[in-house]
Amino acid sequence: MNEHTNVPLIQLKDLRKYFKTGAGTLHAVDDVNLTIQKGHTLGVVGESGCGKSTLGRTLLRLLPATSGEILYHGENILNYSAAAMKKTRSKMQMIFQDPYASLNPRLSISQIIAEPLKVNHVFQSKKEMDERILDLMDTVGLARRLANAYPHELDGGRRQRIGIARALALDPEFIVCDEPVSALDVSIQAQILNLMMDLQDQRGLTYLFITHDLSVVRHISSHIAVMYLGQVVEYAPSKELFQNPKHPYTKALLNAIPIPDLAYRDKPRELIHGEITSPIDPKPGCRFAARCPHATDACMGKGIPLRNVGSEHQVACVLYGQTTGE
Amino acid sequence: MADERNQTQEDILLDIQDLHVKYNTSDAVCYAVNGLNIQVKRGEVFGLVGETGAGKTTTALSILRLLPQRIGEIPQGKILFEGQDVVQMSEDQMRELRGSHISMIFQDPMTSLNPVLTVGDQIAEAIETHHQSMSKEEVQAKVDHVLKLVGIPPARKYEYPHQFSGGMKQRVVIAMALVCEPRLLIADEPTTALDVTVQNQVLDMMSNLKEELNTSMILITHDLGIVCQMCDHVAIMYAGKVIEQGTVYDIFDQSKPHHPYTIGLFGSLPSLQSDSKRLKPVMGLMPDPTDLPPGCEFHPRCGSCTETCKLKAPGVFQDGETHMIRCHLFSK
Repeated sequence: MNEHTNVPLIQLKDLRKYFKTGAGTLHAVDDVNLTIQKGHTLGVVGESGCGKSTLGRTLLRLLPATSGEILYHGENILNYSAAAMKKTRSKMQMIFQDPYASLNPRLSISQIIAEPLKVNHVFQSKKEMDERILDLMDTVGLARRLANAYPHELDGGRRQRIGIARALALDPEFIVCDEPVSALDVSIQAQILNLMMDLQDQRGLTYLFITHDLSVVRHISSHIAVMYLGQVVEYAPSKELFQNPKHPYTKALLNAIPIPDLAYRDKPRELIHGEITSPIDPKPGCRFAARCPHATDACMGKGIPLRNVGSEHQVACVLYGQTTGE
Repeated sequence: MADERNQTQEDILLDIQDLHVKYNTSDAVCYAVNGLNIQVKRGEVFGLVGETGAGKTTTALSILRLLPQRIGEIPQGKILFEGQDVVQMSEDQMRELRGSHISMIFQDPMTSLNPVLTVGDQIAEAIETHHQSMSKEEVQAKVDHVLKLVGIPPARKYEYPHQFSGGMKQRVVIAMALVCEPRLLIADEPTTALDVTVQNQVLDMMSNLKEELNTSMILITHDLGIVCQMCDHVAIMYAGKVIEQGTVYDIFDQSKPHHPYTIGLFGSLPSLQSDSKRLKPVMGLMPDPTDLPPGCEFHPRCGSCTETCKLKAPGVFQDGETHMIRCHLFSK
């Protein structure tokens, strides 16, 4: 493999995904610019409807992008032919949210893990393939005796392990993880998170980790992008974001998490009002303004770009940085 | 001891004694609740915590006698609500109890509302069922009042559930549950389906309403953060039993002794404050309720398991007045 030392593994440039609906154009992902370095984990957080899953799917070309660029090792995969994309996709895999819906109930576990291997004609003999499948099952901590079991016989945690084994089958470099632990109980969730972090250490994997759970995202990510109504409103290294959140929405999200610590018990709740507004034909200006306690006239009328407020820390809010007369 | 019990009897709204619930299915008997003891005092928020399959929802359904007919069975135990045993009540008495004295909020606000009735009509239905003598005007006034309580403009009562967002629907459900001013409100994962900022709004509203109406609440959740912020008393359930209970200050004080499962639950939570790289979860899985292990139900997953644990069910260890742990580690 050719190593480009300075080129990030994934780079998104002005990526847009719009959906046409009866009521107007739905801006699911709007001008997103993000960079992921090899071996890092970029966490994408936001509430339901903010476009984080659409972002993950568009990135893998499971949904056609409306405009923009998706650079993988510096090459725009949106220009790839179907054949070239198939080859690339074996290096870019996905783990889905719902371990109940993302596995074919009619296939046994070994068949589910075999599918990507078969589709890409990785092995000549069945024997080699079976060995590989059992190896993968060991890797993700599934007992070998389960190879011929069916998904309905297993609990959520084990099913999610199958999803991970399937994603690892082709030795990918990059995995989009779309809420991989949110359907699981806390103790199982912790087991899966530990597994995913071990795999990253062993194989140098790069993750895009989509979640609504801020404590999970802080635990696993090196960098975090906060999304609101299709746009990235803040981007920073994980630690920095939690210690020094800048965007009023990020602050509201952090304040809203109930913390299992008695020291926080009697603190008054800081509420933000209202709920996420419609992503259909949004008006220009800050999309959070309707709920923001600091909103002024300056927030309306024109788009507010991400601005640098420190090394690697970017925020899209008029409160920070100077509006340079362009 | 007996005297003490009489003194506190007044304050206790709900007293569940040695409750057992099983589900008789065609191929196996599922032991969902196995000897549960809890007491809910007037005006307090009681948190029932545990993972999927611990028996939390079964306990709640038993209190309202809403277990699936013929399949669900209460072979043993008492559920005393204001001194009267719910288990022995007739169906007529139950109908009197449900909604007006005890009401329940279900997990999913999207599916607990009727899509073909307006929100106002659904709330009015709950009032009319319990107060048949009330005039139309009085009912409507009450609907308006309760909608204001949960922060919805009364003008929206003519709208249908699909016109409401998730958080607003859950407010409607809460309005319906509170309209007859029940003495006990059972909330089964009331905010799990909601986004954090909206969850925060709903929790805030629920605490305020509890103060205003002086309702006791059983809050069922798996989220220890919510428990810590909302509850006065906490019971942690495992395989149909309470394995640890106490005041919120007993359970969340790390310096106090705790059940190994409680320690595992806390170890599973990624912290927002510290930078620990690896989580320390409980290994393994919840036991199969049709085939519970002998001795302590938790022993196959327990790091401190001894021979005694495999054979004998542990008794209760009392740590101070309010805190109890069901574990052999603490028995001398």
